[in-house]
Amino acid sequence: MINAFIEMMSYSFLLRAVIVGVLVSLCASLLGVSLVLKRYSMIGDGLSHVGFGALAIAAVMNISPLKITVPVVAAAAFILLRLSENSKLKGDAAVALISTSSLAAGVMAVSLTKGVNVDLENYLFGSILALTKEDVYISAVLSAVVIFVFIFFYNKIFSVTFDESFAGATGVKTGAYNMVLALLTAITVVLGMRLMGTLLISALIIFPALSSMRVFKSFFSVTVSSAVISVVCFILGITFSYAYSTPPGASVVTINLAVFALFSLVGMVKGMRK
Amino acid sequence: MSLIKCVNLSLSYENNTVIKDLSFSVNMGDHICIVGENGSGKSTLIKALLGLKAPSSGKILFGEGLHSTDIGYLPQQTGAQKDFPASVYEVVLSGCLNSKGMRPFFSKEDKNRAEEAMKRLNISELKKRSYRELSGGQQQRVLLARALCATQKLLLLDEPVTGLDPHAAHELYEIIKELNESGVTIIMVSHDICGGMKYASHILHLCHGEEFFGTVEEYKNSNMDNNFLHSGKECSCI
Repeated sequence: MINAFIEMMSYSFLLRAVIVGVLVSLCASLLGVSLVLKRYSMIGDGLSHVGFGALAIAAVMNISPLKITVPVVAAAAFILLRLSENSKLKGDAAVALISTSSLAAGVMAVSLTKGVNVDLENYLFGSILALTKEDVYISAVLSAVVIFVFIFFYNKIFSVTFDESFAGATGVKTGAYNMVLALLTAITVVLGMRLMGTLLISALIIFPALSSMRVFKSFFSVTVSSAVISVVCFILGITFSYAYSTPPGASVVTINLAVFALFSLVGMVKGMRK
Repeated sequence: MSLIKCVNLSLSYENNTVIKDLSFSVNMGDHICIVGENGSGKSTLIKALLGLKAPSSGKILFGEGLHSTDIGYLPQQTGAQKDFPASVYEVVLSGCLNSKGMRPFFSKEDKNRAEEAMKRLNISELKKRSYRELSGGQQQRVLLARALCATQKLLLLDEPVTGLDPHAAHELYEIIKELNESGVTIIMVSHDICGGMKYASHILHLCHGEEFFGTVEEYKNSNMDNNFLHSGKECSCI
């Protein structure tokens, strides 16, 4: 396994995939803790479908994908959040509505345009070859922003996640923090989408947080543990994908699932010993 | 000078006026119990006091240097908190946020304040425990400690004993009473009118445009309590 990893590092496109993947995993796991606890897990999933639509349309129009997907997905995050706050159209229904519509729009755009050679399967399940040098730079900058914002607002994010009414009463602008959270999620989803695949990227957000919550009991330890789990699972997954020629997204998710099972077991044993 | 003075306050909820021309004042050291049926505007009034809702007319005036973000608020618990991984210390410390402004991290002073609040409510030994493992009464005490971190003067409690067993409810009332005696002003919304009457100094009864505000004695002598107290359930405390 270690040999495979070292061998992998000698290919520049694989090195790029690993750098972007580690950064995205880190961002996704940090945001994931809040999203899961706030019952916003589905928003990550919805956003990735919107990302698929935007990606397909960018390919059809021959524009650099990040330039169009980031603003479109950010706008979708804004709309989804507004809809979940609006009691008339419930959040989960809104997510289903928007994600299927975007999926349909993407597929329609690709099928109706003649002479475009787009491999839809790569969009859906991810590809290790998808990343350019430019993508690496953009990913590095945006991940740095996500991590910085998360650390800087850590205490407020905790307060808003734990108890929105109390946070509001102490003068924290809860709406603004929800928005920040949704925007950071949008950026993370877009960055990780082509590597992990639009169908699988939301796993990066929810799995590490859920696994950590089985075992750890404070917000801080859950956050740190999620970050570690996420990065370790990604590196294991991508090495596995290289060694056995499996798709990267599915490999990473499978490793995450194994860790989740392991942590659930540890949590159960810990619970029984009390 | 009173801590809070509401003058001809009107509040609306989804375009319905729920409170009309309400005037009352809260003085230092008062223990006020707000009662009323569902939909009588209790929650809306709380939001207005916290500055989360603008009055449709009238005014809320704060005195003695109080600001709406200096109110220690104990909200009703939400379902999401039941499985929330957070240590007691983390929860209590988050009460210090209101004095931080844009500053991102807690200072030594904040941490001392959190320790102090935990000591006051007898939960210091729970510091490292996870919030989700505590009993209902313990959770309320943790949230009360958090509210104390946010205030020196005024606690606003939204149905603090709902969902607690009688023993835990009694304990919580005693704690609230002690806090009140040590100089903290209390405003409490409650369905538990018996407990409210036993501990409070004043009653504010909201009833669709027909409000009552006065001391507990005055309330007992008014007709308001007859309508409310004896409509449905027997109350042994009077």
